[in-house]
Amino acid sequence: MPAADVIVLQRLCKAYATAAGAVPVLRDIDLSIGAGESVAIMGPSGSGKSTLMNILGCLDVPTSGRYVLDGSDVSAMDGDTRARLRNRVLGFVFQGFNLLPRADLVDNVALPLLYAGVPSAERRSRAAETLARVGLKGFERYLPSQVSGGQQQRVAIARALVNRPRVILADEPTGNLDTHTSGDIMQLFSALNRADGITLVLVTHQEEVADYAHRRVMLVDGRIVSDQPIPRSASAVEVSR
Amino acid sequence: MIGEMLLEAWHSMRANRMRSVLTMLGMVIGVAAVILMVAVGQGAQMSVNASIASMGSNLFIVLSGSATSGGLRMGTGAMPTLTTGDAAAIAELPAVGAVAPMVPGTTQVVYGPNNWSTVVVGTSPDMLTVRDWTIARGSAFSEADVRSAAKVAVLGQTVASNLFGDQDPVGRTLRIKQSPFVVVGVLAAKGQSLTGQDQDDTVLVPVTTAQRKLFGTQFPGTVRLIMVQARSAALMRQAEQEMTSLLRQRHHLPARADNDFDIRNLTALANTAAQTTRVMSVMLGAIASVSLLVGGIGIMNIMLVSVTERTREIGIRMAIGARRRDILLQFLLEAVILSLLGCFIGALCGIGGAVAAHALAGTAVVVTAVSVLVAFALASAVGVFFGYYPARRAAAMQPVDALRYQ
Repeated sequence: MPAADVIVLQRLCKAYATAAGAVPVLRDIDLSIGAGESVAIMGPSGSGKSTLMNILGCLDVPTSGRYVLDGSDVSAMDGDTRARLRNRVLGFVFQGFNLLPRADLVDNVALPLLYAGVPSAERRSRAAETLARVGLKGFERYLPSQVSGGQQQRVAIARALVNRPRVILADEPTGNLDTHTSGDIMQLFSALNRADGITLVLVTHQEEVADYAHRRVMLVDGRIVSDQPIPRSASAVEVSR
Repeated sequence: MIGEMLLEAWHSMRANRMRSVLTMLGMVIGVAAVILMVAVGQGAQMSVNASIASMGSNLFIVLSGSATSGGLRMGTGAMPTLTTGDAAAIAELPAVGAVAPMVPGTTQVVYGPNNWSTVVVGTSPDMLTVRDWTIARGSAFSEADVRSAAKVAVLGQTVASNLFGDQDPVGRTLRIKQSPFVVVGVLAAKGQSLTGQDQDDTVLVPVTTAQRKLFGTQFPGTVRLIMVQARSAALMRQAEQEMTSLLRQRHHLPARADNDFDIRNLTALANTAAQTTRVMSVMLGAIASVSLLVGGIGIMNIMLVSVTERTREIGIRMAIGARRRDILLQFLLEAVILSLLGCFIGALCGIGGAVAAHALAGTAVVVTAVSVLVAFALASAVGVFFGYYPARRAAAMQPVDALRYQ
């Protein structure tokens, strides 16, 4: 089981300043996620799921508390170091895919490697390999608008994957997809989790999507109200394979 | 990395072709204006300099002074106080190079059925040295011709063509005030003077001949003016002092009397003219630079729009690991490419415009490498300067805010 905790949150708080004063969104979050785990974060709208995800993804900074990612304290880092973590340690998958509309699929996938300073030829070959791995061989030269939503999300996963991250963060990855396509995408995620040992954290409000994970964290009003393993028998991964 | 960024910038510009072209247009016009204006300014400067050179260098003219008779003050040159003797004495001064006395008069010259009114100047062979003038055909008259008051003439190009057409005038005889003169030479063309006079519309004859046979006065041996060339620019002041004391001594002027002659420094006048055109040239360039500035502001405008429009793209790039400086560099490069490309097209337009102005309107233009380089340097500086602010705004975005932008 988990060798070491790849994500550790201690008494993490996040509040937004508004005209009416500080509005707390996350309150005293304590959470540890081990390497190789797959965790679903659930909760009603406005419970702070996305805010938590943005902080985990080093896109946003907590108001107080500690966040240790892969052994280093993110709270104390400057912007460039966080950018480096986003590039090397994390892979982010969004609900809206967030591909660059004017770049073809292989260029989209290769983009993180550009910022990692990988030479051009290697970028291209690694991006093509990764595209093939998510089942999009032969689509390298297509534009995002020329492929389906499910395929776009596969491209986004390939982009998250291309720089060999330790953690993939997926914020409502199936929110814009139909049920069938959602199943395909979730199977891809759990395959990556199982085969590559990539830690998976996903936010969702769909039970059937959460069932692909091994652990479920419930968030209500910025607090963790429950945190329990999903029984193996109920895990959709077991059912599908 | 820079190469990749350049490629990215290029793609983004191509994706927004219309916008890029409009942005560049400001730059194109600015650079074209700078190059064209500087070309016209420098062209004017060049023609002024050519006129100055055609006048001869380090020149003085010595004129007879003014005279007062019965309370009536006459203009300069009214009293013929200068003589050929004065000219000969000035020529002996250490700071003086060449000296040419001048006895000019306007009169009709006749050859066969043709006649022409021109300025006949009695002078010495040194005139050619003083005015930096060369002989195109034949030769100049000699000192011996001056001593013997020979009836020989050297024609300016305008006179030669008006009287002789295509014929070679050398060796032919023309009439000046009824007297026959043998043409011994034709001067090389000199063109217009600074004041627009045709310097080739003249006939040179020996000074003695002019004094005795053409423009006789009641003051024998006098000359209207003396042209003096100093040995060098550095000796101008010394030459003036030497001439003043020499002429005062020769004219027996008491210590408190005014000079009865007037020494004018022609080179100083010419330098003023050159200075004026230089100022004009700089001013034209400065005015054109303003349009370059306006072009730069246009670039800033578009880049700001572009940054706002691409907020989401910036967010995505940041989310997958772009650092602030990567974003900064990307937008800065776009601005610089836009301005350099605009500058390149502008330079072509400017040079083309200058060539066209020369071909169509005959305007003197000089396109120098310096003006093109300066325009380029200015344009890239403008690109960086006005590209920096939008690029910084892009780089300063919070990833989470940029991603949330719709």
